[in-house]
Amino acid sequence: MRFAIVVFPGSNCDHDAYHAAEHVLGQDAEFVWHKETSLQGADVVILPGGFSHGDYLRTGAIARFSPIMKCVAAFAREGGPVLGICNGFQILLEAGMLPGAMLRNRDLKFHCEHVRVQVERTDTPFTSLASIGQVLRLPIAHGEGNYYAEPDVVDDLEASGRVVFRYCDERGQITSDANPNGALHNIAGICNESRNVVGLMPHPERACESVLGSADGKLLFESVVGALAVGGQSP
Amino acid sequence: MSAFDPAVLERHGLTADEHARIVKTLGREPTETELGIFSVMWSEHCSYKSSRIHLKKLPTKGPRVLQGPGENAGAVDIGDGLAAVFKIESHNHPSFIEPYQGAATGVGGIIRDIFTMGARPVALLNSLRFGPLDGPDGARTRRIVEGVVAGIAGYGNSIGIPTIAGEIAFDTPYGRNPLVNVLCLGISKTDALIKGRASGTGNPVYYVGAKTGRDGIHGATMASAEFDDKSAEKRPAVQVGDPFMEKLLLEACLELMKTDALIGVQDMGAAGLTCSTCEMGARGGSGTEIDVRHVPQRETAMTPYEIMLSESQERMLLVVRQGREAEVEKIFEKWDLHAARIGVVTDDGLLRVKNHGAVVAEIPNSALVNDAPVYDRPSARPEYLDQVNRLDGALLAKAPSANDALRALLASPTIASKRWVYRQYDHMVRTNTLVLAGMGAGVVRVKGTSKALAISTDGNGRYCYLNPRRGATLAVAEAARNVACAGGVPIGATNCLNFGNPERPEIMWQFVEAVEGIAEACRFLNIPITGGNVSLYNETDGAAIYPTPIIGVVGLIENAERVLARAFTQPDADVVQLGEGRGELGGSEYLKVVHGVVQGEPPELDLERERALIDVVTRAAAAGLLLSAHDCSDGGLAVTLAECSFDSGGIGLTVDVPADQGSTVPSGSPVPTLFGESASRAIVSSAPENTSRMLALASEAGIPARVIGRSGGSRIQIAVNGTVAIDCSVAEAEQIWSSALGRQFAGRAA
Repeated sequence: MRFAIVVFPGSNCDHDAYHAAEHVLGQDAEFVWHKETSLQGADVVILPGGFSHGDYLRTGAIARFSPIMKCVAAFAREGGPVLGICNGFQILLEAGMLPGAMLRNRDLKFHCEHVRVQVERTDTPFTSLASIGQVLRLPIAHGEGNYYAEPDVVDDLEASGRVVFRYCDERGQITSDANPNGALHNIAGICNESRNVVGLMPHPERACESVLGSADGKLLFESVVGALAVGGQSP
Repeated sequence: MSAFDPAVLERHGLTADEHARIVKTLGREPTETELGIFSVMWSEHCSYKSSRIHLKKLPTKGPRVLQGPGENAGAVDIGDGLAAVFKIESHNHPSFIEPYQGAATGVGGIIRDIFTMGARPVALLNSLRFGPLDGPDGARTRRIVEGVVAGIAGYGNSIGIPTIAGEIAFDTPYGRNPLVNVLCLGISKTDALIKGRASGTGNPVYYVGAKTGRDGIHGATMASAEFDDKSAEKRPAVQVGDPFMEKLLLEACLELMKTDALIGVQDMGAAGLTCSTCEMGARGGSGTEIDVRHVPQRETAMTPYEIMLSESQERMLLVVRQGREAEVEKIFEKWDLHAARIGVVTDDGLLRVKNHGAVVAEIPNSALVNDAPVYDRPSARPEYLDQVNRLDGALLAKAPSANDALRALLASPTIASKRWVYRQYDHMVRTNTLVLAGMGAGVVRVKGTSKALAISTDGNGRYCYLNPRRGATLAVAEAARNVACAGGVPIGATNCLNFGNPERPEIMWQFVEAVEGIAEACRFLNIPITGGNVSLYNETDGAAIYPTPIIGVVGLIENAERVLARAFTQPDADVVQLGEGRGELGGSEYLKVVHGVVQGEPPELDLERERALIDVVTRAAAAGLLLSAHDCSDGGLAVTLAECSFDSGGIGLTVDVPADQGSTVPSGSPVPTLFGESASRAIVSSAPENTSRMLALASEAGIPARVIGRSGGSRIQIAVNGTVAIDCSVAEAEQIWSSALGRQFAGRAA
């Protein structure tokens, strides 16, 4: 399986995603520079975390104009699995590949800590091996992860089952205290209508080895590897 | 007669003698640009003129040392063909004037020092000192704390280097002179270390990075003077950081370093273009000639003087091989950076600055770098010591219950959990962080090997105020012990020496005593100092900070699977005290928090025993005999034990310790035993089947070791000589400890 890790100039979790895919999962991973115009035959695309262009304007606001994003959009249109992690999620929002926007965290501070999220959907390639209601312990590291969308957009996300991950407490309860950033409906991650494009604020690539405090994030990578092996199809 | 008005010299921080020395060196009066260049290069900040003769006393050599002091950073061999590259630096003065940018640019500066050595930066740490969060200046201090923490977070998080550990203390003398010391650790191949030197006549000199503005002019001079009420007016001398630009520089430089087109590189930190051109030239025994016309500028009508002295951030100076220009320029273009060719390496040893071809400065590089004045400033033991070294034993008659004292200590911002701070730092990026922030020394694994590096920064200004020599040795010991408690064998150190005005003999005395103390401890513990930084003139309106040497120690863990953290990992483990207390309350957090005094002598330090303790802990860790290890320091045994329960998932403990012998305070009180801060101690836990082997190791090394109880239950129960002195629930104690700092900020007007 070939993972393309898109590298924007200010990406800083690119090496981490590469490490998870290549060394922990034992898959093929390639960095793809944002000025490239080809995904080089990738089976999975990861938009990693970081501060793509410094993000002094809005997170991800400039990255969406990078040449590679046209390829990522085309890849997604053809059903290819795309995972946007943290800044990658923000870029997917700015690029219009997922709905909504990110506000600054409720307390206006950057948060880096382990949180828990509940998996609500297993019909995406990145959650196919999870069980519904499964609670994952994943780190977050962001200053702007406070998910917002117009009420009708959020209603539509909920109605169409496109909220994939929701912040919860240890027992899987969706509480305000378990919400680290003020995101609407405790939303931690969503998918597109075709369910092949997933964005989330927590960092699964930082939680693939137990020595780092959690290996729960490995599930997302194993899921996509499994989904592609079963589906056998990639664009 | 000087051609310059005394006021001009004063503004440049130059004395009449120093001016005469410049005239003698040049054989003529300097131009204005030359005067500016001398003023920054001969400033305390750049020349170490007051400290240099004493810094020579530090041990800097060892079998692992690949690079000692004198380059951008030090480096030690960690095996596998790799080097740990690290250095600590201060950004105290700017952080007082403009906390966010002052701290942020401090982080940016130390990161540049590491990657200019050819190393990939992998971790940041910081040591911070602030005034009390309460009291008349509390609001200002809270504003400074929020700004400094946000600045460190803003820079480190963006560039993607984890801030993995550090320490923070709050004490009155730092109220108007906070300390912001930042350490960066990088990893490089040993055969790929890059030097900051210019050589090869005809090789081009490149400027890369942000454009030059008028910010930071005379920053180095500012850092070489005391503060007063007018300091806020110096705000233009604080630079503004751009972590994204630095990220581009970092990646582009590391890419360039993989080629052999690069001869040398240096960042433009303090004294900017001036310092980088003349230092690179002096190190390479070469001349450096530049024309400021080619320097990218973001403001109009900048004079050569301003361009040479600007401290605009995120700029690098490179010397590359002639004929390889296109290759070099292409790498920077990939990262959207403009590499401007501003000059050339010459063979005449001169720094020659031109402006549109006209020479505006011509000075021997060695005169700027090596011939700066060196002062052996007078020193004298301060009289205050006679007062403060006497510990008033009567105070202890008014001691609260041990339970209440523990609660008070756990709520003290110096001891309380720093989660409110480190939660703002990305401490996990790069997926190497094996010990999460707040759990002890920072530990990062070295990918591609079985190894990990432990690192800790420590220093106790209160101890140094009471006894600078012993306080400094204790700082070395504590940093080394912290690293050992993570399983790391100390292999190298860096120091940041924060002191007041060296022109005052009592400050100079503190400085000399502290340096000699560091030298003694490092020599004894076999930890070479590979570099560091001196920050003097930490005074505002004549009131100096506590003398505060901060020591950063790097330790090597051969087997990354044997890393330890402070918290218990399981119930029913044996809790073992290594070392023994002597009831030493002098300079303790207990005396400060409970009785409001800073008195007595700091704890004694037997370096022989410290060395043996470090040896025992690291050997037991490497053998897999330990489950957790925690250094015993601030707050003494009681706080240390409580901290073993915190972040453990609520695992309590029941222990019974013998009363400390030798205390000067009334017998019968458990206070000296519980809260004394005797050195060379650690609390470790071990699975019962391993305890006897661990005790045997300690016995061989001559370290007193005793099983004092077990982990488990939900209470912290500590008895002294069989009488329960402390008994509280883990939940209650942890709640006090974990919320004390955050509560100072939440919902409170800054």
